Amino acid sequence: MKLQKATLCGLYAVTELAAHVDRQISAAEIAAKYDISLNHLAKVLRTLVRANVIESVRGVGGGYRFCGNAKRVTLYDLVMLFEEIGPSAQDAPPTDFAEGRALGKVLREIDEIALASLRATSIAALVKVIQKETAADPSAAKASHKLGANA
Amino acid sequence: MDKTDDEMRNPSFKSGAATVDDVVIRAAVAEDVSDIADLDARSTGQLKRDYWQGLFDHISGHPATGRAFFVAESRGRLIGFICGEIRAFEFGSEPSGWVFALEVESSARVHSVGTRLFDFLADGFRRAGVNKVRTMLDRRNELVLAFFRGQGMMTGPFIQLEKDLE
Ligand SMILES: CC(C)(COP(=O)(O)OP(=O)(O)OC[C@H]1O[C@@H](n2cnc3c(N)ncnc32)[C@H](O)[C@@H]1OP(=O)(O)O)[C@@H](O)C(=O)NCCC(=O)NCCS
Repeated sequence: MKLQKATLCGLYAVTELAAHVDRQISAAEIAAKYDISLNHLAKVLRTLVRANVIESVRGVGGGYRFCGNAKRVTLYDLVMLFEEIGPSAQDAPPTDFAEGRALGKVLREIDEIALASLRATSIAALVKVIQKETAADPSAAKASHKLGANA
Repeated sequence: MDKTDDEMRNPSFKSGAATVDDVVIRAAVAEDVSDIADLDARSTGQLKRDYWQGLFDHISGHPATGRAFFVAESRGRLIGFICGEIRAFEFGSEPSGWVFALEVESSARVHSVGTRLFDFLADGFRRAGVNKVRTMLDRRNELVLAFFRGQGMMTGPFIQLEKDLE
């Protein structure tokens, strides 16, 4: 499944903030870690603030803080803030011949599995996976994470 | 953005006589089977006494083979259960622990009863020497999927296939 660049930025920002709920993190820090332009990130952060997933903290040492319920906010909720996902009638193969209907059935099956995974994965569960990955390869945590150029 | 979560607001543990501290996890005994069937019926709308009796007999008859059936009890009332067994070379896989069923009374949910039942079963599997736990469930069952993902489980390598037999 391919996600748009803004969606990925949003997911990186949220997981970064949810993994460090005890501190505020500046947009510049997030932008540097994931190699995202600050301009692009600012737009993404505004969307997340409007959705009450994160909040901005003013003043010295200000930045952003996760304010949602990490165990209840799912990947699906976040992705849907940035893009429509799931089966779209528009892109489905035509149903006026059997081949199109058969192909549509298989493609729907793939979509349904993907959606079920996104709906069942909370931010807390994702953070757990990140911590496991980091424990397995601590050097990866320090590297900056380039977003795919074609995303 | 939080989900409306009926279970979270359910007051039974907070205002009722029982508290989450009263919950005891223990091995199921024959007398529990009808309570297990009733609890399941309240959740699924289907009373399947024979099914639960059969599963209990299958599991409790062979305790040394990694089969286990646990219940959660609060002040003498059954409020949850879990069962599973170790299966070797099922679908070509190495021996792993399978969770067959897990259920917590709706009024007692989101108080870690499910997690405690799961941990009990997983500990038993670990002690029996397996290092993987698996389960299978309806992908539309978002609540139980979220629960298992919250325990660190992810989609495994097997795909379940089916067809209508005409
Ligand atoms: C799934 C089930 C066993 C969970 O039992 P529980 O005692 O409520 O689970 P816990 O309190 O240990 O929850 C552990 C974690 O699971 C996840 N979770 C549990 N309920 C959730 C819900 N309503 N929404 C989202 N996540 C949830 C959370 O991550 C939770 O952590 P938290 O309590 O710190 O928020 C229970 O909801 C149930 O019996 N559901 C119906 C079962 C069923 O359909 N069985 C038939 C198929 S097996």
